[in-house]
Amino acid sequence: MPAQVNEGLATLSDQLILATVLLYLAAMIGYALELAFGRVRTAAAAPKRELVSVGAGGGDVLPESRTEPEAGPAPWAVKAGGVAVVLSWIAWAGNLAGILTRGLAVDRWPWGNMYEFVVAICFAAATAFLVLLTRQPIRFLGAFVTLTAALGLGFAVLFLHVQAGPVMPALHSYWIAIHVTAAIVSSGLFILAGVCAILYLIRKDGRPSVLPSRADLERIAHRAIVISFPIWTFAVIAGALWADRAWGRYWGWDPKEVWAFVTWVAYAAYLHARATAGWRGKAAIIVSLVAFGCLLFNLIGVNVFISGLHSYADVPH
Amino acid sequence: MTAPHDTVEVAPDPVRPAGLGPVGWLRWAWRTLTSMRTALILLFLFALGSVPGSLYPQRGVDPARVAQYYANSPTEAKWLDRFWLFDVFTSPWFAAIYLLLFVSLAGCVLPRALVHLKEIRRDPPAAPRNLLRLPHGESFESGLTVEEAAAKLRKRRFRVVTGPDWVAAEKGYLRETGNLLFHIALLVLLFAVGAGGLYGYRGNVLVVEGDGFANAVAAYDRFMPGQRVTAESLEPFSFTLEDFRATYVAAGAKQGQPLDYSAKLTVQDSPTSAPRDFDLKVNDPLDVNGTLTYLIGHGYAPTFKVIDGKGQVAFDGPVPCLANDQATYTSECVIKVPDAQPVQLGFLARFLPTTVPNGGAWVSVFPGAVNPTVQVFPFSGDLGLKNGRPQSVYQLNTDHLKPLGTMSAQPAPLNVGDTRELADGAGKIQFTGVKEWISLQTTYDPGRLPALLAAAAAVIGLVLSLTIRRRRVWVRIKDRQVTVGGLTRTEGGGESFSEEFSEIVTTLRPDEE
Repeated sequence: MPAQVNEGLATLSDQLILATVLLYLAAMIGYALELAFGRVRTAAAAPKRELVSVGAGGGDVLPESRTEPEAGPAPWAVKAGGVAVVLSWIAWAGNLAGILTRGLAVDRWPWGNMYEFVVAICFAAATAFLVLLTRQPIRFLGAFVTLTAALGLGFAVLFLHVQAGPVMPALHSYWIAIHVTAAIVSSGLFILAGVCAILYLIRKDGRPSVLPSRADLERIAHRAIVISFPIWTFAVIAGALWADRAWGRYWGWDPKEVWAFVTWVAYAAYLHARATAGWRGKAAIIVSLVAFGCLLFNLIGVNVFISGLHSYADVPH
Repeated sequence: MTAPHDTVEVAPDPVRPAGLGPVGWLRWAWRTLTSMRTALILLFLFALGSVPGSLYPQRGVDPARVAQYYANSPTEAKWLDRFWLFDVFTSPWFAAIYLLLFVSLAGCVLPRALVHLKEIRRDPPAAPRNLLRLPHGESFESGLTVEEAAAKLRKRRFRVVTGPDWVAAEKGYLRETGNLLFHIALLVLLFAVGAGGLYGYRGNVLVVEGDGFANAVAAYDRFMPGQRVTAESLEPFSFTLEDFRATYVAAGAKQGQPLDYSAKLTVQDSPTSAPRDFDLKVNDPLDVNGTLTYLIGHGYAPTFKVIDGKGQVAFDGPVPCLANDQATYTSECVIKVPDAQPVQLGFLARFLPTTVPNGGAWVSVFPGAVNPTVQVFPFSGDLGLKNGRPQSVYQLNTDHLKPLGTMSAQPAPLNVGDTRELADGAGKIQFTGVKEWISLQTTYDPGRLPALLAAAAAVIGLVLSLTIRRRRVWVRIKDRQVTVGGLTRTEGGGESFSEEFSEIVTTLRPDEE
């Protein structure tokens, strides 16, 4: 068993994560400057090229006419946004390097405890945003996503950090690569959707705002959930397969399993509400936020407040 | 059917019927139960109902914590128990939600599957009159013929029918297929889980190094069979635990953290088959024809030899101890010697795997057995075994026992081989060695494979239903005037369909040289 820890790499990993927090914050400032001094979108209007293929929900129905913003953006503000994008890519690389060095230091998959898990989820959320940014004009989200990532990493560093080391025998399985990775990827996407949903509630339609219209925000949230939901389903099933291997049953209503299931049902309810029941707008967004709350409780709360089979996740007290 | 009230048939959303006969009421109940809204509410209740199962200790998972809850707040516990909150997942109300959901989902999905089967074989509908009024429409002049347009659309894998001057094309049937596959797979999954519970069983057993186990109901410490399990249906395998080895981190910040557990077994798949070696590990269960045995716990079983007041060997063997501290594996043991003469003897013992002195006391500092010692607390009197009431082997009932000699909180620990003389000439106890025990769970669940296949089908169905769009395209050609109209029936698919639509228009349009 690999019990040896490469201390040099482990320290490097910790430093990289710290640097990543600062870089995300710097990027956030850049995005925020662009938001604050960039152009203001007038009522219910979004720039024409907004979200070309995000799959405009009923894009056939939405009015095509968009009022052009009157105030031109300050050129330096736009530049700040561009710098922020570069910074967030650097932060992303730092985050990735931090994860890789941690994994190399302990010679295992670097998501064996809560600290590593939260770091990886922040990385997934940043990745989801940056990848989507290459295809969609969603730079306005940058400030909020980088802030979330910085807060998440900061929380992990301050409250969850444990020394790099080997994990419990229960985690010696290739399923950690499959189950936890799927959980991380889908959580990252759900966080993106959650950020959009919260912005939706903040954004008031009919008033000029630096944010895109509510419809656009809802569409991004919906798209992220549509991508993430099958991955989450897969993560739950992979978890069941692993449980079958490790604990002698594929489903035993362990608290983590219960809340993974509750989260799944809540997001399924959101998809049904939006697709079939025809709930649009606020009602659907609130259902998605309830689901997001379940997800967060499952990721963090279950490990901190409830003891169960998943409590080897190694939360420092 | 002899339903007297056929008028209810068309009501899409069941309203409360007045003056219906019993059959009408039944129909109304069935429609309400199988409506999508009810299915969703039941799914919500299913999730909500499982939440208390994560907040309160469950008997099926951790009976000790339930007992503790009873000890801490008896009245509250009694009330919680009335609502089955310590057995949420086997409670009648949970079963009611589960069964209603099953029926509702079946009643919702199966008729829809029949409709879809018909629809799959049906041709796309004829072109509407004004194609340009559709969400996507374009018109241009060209010598395109109906056959050419149909061929081009077929090439894009549309299902196509043609009329005298029009082409109707449709594609994306897999969306509804995927949707139905997903829901039917969920039904199969619920069914497989239920069947596994009926025909499967679970058993727990503790085995000490050197001992064996044969798969029979009587051999288990705890056996939980499904309703359809008989004693004969157990797979007749057996094994001996040759050796158990736990590896821990020896030094550094993570000192004492377990690294690996490995149990060496000699397995006989059936009484007649040749023995084979098997290395049982945490993520690597022993599989004998679908009956799986898992390593789920371990501990120390120090061995003792007790010689009673008459000089007879009254006890000689291992005593499984329960660790009360995972970090150091300081363990509590109970030795009951009912055969001791002239009085019964009982011992509480504290097992310290790695003993170090600590200011007049002794503590364990490491979970591995580096310097194992035991501190023994002897009692004599009546063990209380004769009244026939079942007793835990891990607890000493001291009601009718009195301490032998002066009881110290920190008696001098015994090393392996050491003997302690008991006061009042009651005999002596020798710490003869250290063995380890493992706890095992044996599971047989015939629903595993169907459940897995259903889950896989559910994911495939889900991906299909979330990614594919149902869309229709019509072309009408009149006097070289070609009109193309398109429609996507899927919410949210509009923007990406407009790209596809303009591609279709481009392929239909003649090359402008």
